[in-house]
Amino acid sequence: MGESIVITSGKGGVGKTTTTANLGTALALMGKKVCLIDTDIGLRNLDVVMGLENRIIFDIVDVIQERCRLNQALIKDKRFDDLSLLPAAQTSDKSDLNPEGMVKIINELKQDYDYILIDCPAGIEQGYKNAVAGADKAIVVTTPEKSSVRDADRIIGLLEQEDIEPPRLVVNRIRRHMVENGDMFDVDEIVTILSIDLLGIVADDDDVIKASNSGEPIAFQPNTKASISYRNIARRILGESVPLMSLEDEKGVFTKVKRFFGIRS
Amino acid sequence: MSNKKPIVTIKGTKDGLTLHIDDTCSFEDVLYELDQKISQKYIDEDQPMVTVNIQLGNRYLDEQQEEQLKELIRNHNKLVIQSVNSNVITKNEALEWKKDKEITPIFKVVRSGQVLEVRGDLLLVGDVNPGGKIIASGNIYVMGNLQGIAHAGVNGNNQAVIAASYMKPNQLRIADYISRSPDYDTEGVYMECGYVDEGQEKIMIDRLQLLAQKRPEMNGVERRMLNG
Repeated sequence: MGESIVITSGKGGVGKTTTTANLGTALALMGKKVCLIDTDIGLRNLDVVMGLENRIIFDIVDVIQERCRLNQALIKDKRFDDLSLLPAAQTSDKSDLNPEGMVKIINELKQDYDYILIDCPAGIEQGYKNAVAGADKAIVVTTPEKSSVRDADRIIGLLEQEDIEPPRLVVNRIRRHMVENGDMFDVDEIVTILSIDLLGIVADDDDVIKASNSGEPIAFQPNTKASISYRNIARRILGESVPLMSLEDEKGVFTKVKRFFGIRS
Repeated sequence: MSNKKPIVTIKGTKDGLTLHIDDTCSFEDVLYELDQKISQKYIDEDQPMVTVNIQLGNRYLDEQQEEQLKELIRNHNKLVIQSVNSNVITKNEALEWKKDKEITPIFKVVRSGQVLEVRGDLLLVGDVNPGGKIIASGNIYVMGNLQGIAHAGVNGNNQAVIAASYMKPNQLRIADYISRSPDYDTEGVYMECGYVDEGQEKIMIDRLQLLAQKRPEMNGVERRMLNG
């Protein structure tokens, strides 16, 4: 029996979809059976980030409205057999989905998968309610920006009213130099404000965007900072205790020499 | 009876039997004489099945009458009805038929999440962005970039084609066939068309110029456009 985790944030653009894609990839890399569900009806993106857009024939609304079976709508990832995607519909709207239908689908998926990651749309309306309905656990994604933390706080308040475990936090897109200059919240501040468990941090990295654009989640790459962060988060989801990664670069002479010769540390 | 012109004339052709039915008498007379004729002649137990084409001339049969006629012929178990042809159809049928043959020009950009559906052929002057979808019961011609999904011959017409000035679609669908873009990044192609290749049972993409060879009947489209 698998467990379902909703990935939510309240605010848009903080990296819910990227986080879902990368955690899914990282969990699959660790040999788990994972199913990703995109619940952002009308503005689906997860399929694009996963590079599976061209394989969509049926979607979640087709399943709910019984135009096809669940298995017909599931898209197998091109890299892992154990990773699947249930895409959102592009041409209908959020009212075509309902919490009861979501619970039914997720319960069916739990039979076959270890983890079901639900990508939640931005906002706190119907779309959010659908996404949260079938979840056992929640991950709240935020960036170190005031508005994003404010929205995360709001979402945590709403999640506490649901019948799920206390949410855990991922702080995304941290820019080290801005934190150092005091222009951005640092992770400790955010954790203090939100007072929930920290699941992981991810540095802002151009490679993440590059990877998304090419349809290959960055967690697939062996040793960029962001991919290690995502894999660490995945390990923590599995229950391992992994220390937080340091955001700072080494600043020794040796690093400078290496950089001079164009070798990446 | 003998001095009258027969109501039902039976002719043998290489495609089987053709029944010419006189179009001036009453339907009851037709049934009566047909029954008489096919029960007395042309039936040989050892022969293989014979296909029958029915020519009604200028007679219109409604569904019930047509069924009656077919039933009568089916009762003679060596006969198989291949087609029932009439020179006339009702006005409604004609209008429906016209809709399926018409070409609808539309000038717009179909964006992600939008669906554009027409009966008959679609001539889209504009783009189909990724995530957008265009559907037609006939052929699809896109003067612009086709990057979304195009579904031609949606009611099962696998002779339909999809042509575009620039093709880089997510998916091409013709009748029940689906093909999707490759996983590696491609450049897209200019002035190409997609059609179902019967031999290979899949959608092929080829130069637009080949369309004239692959679908000679497409000349009809040309005529329709010229005649308005």
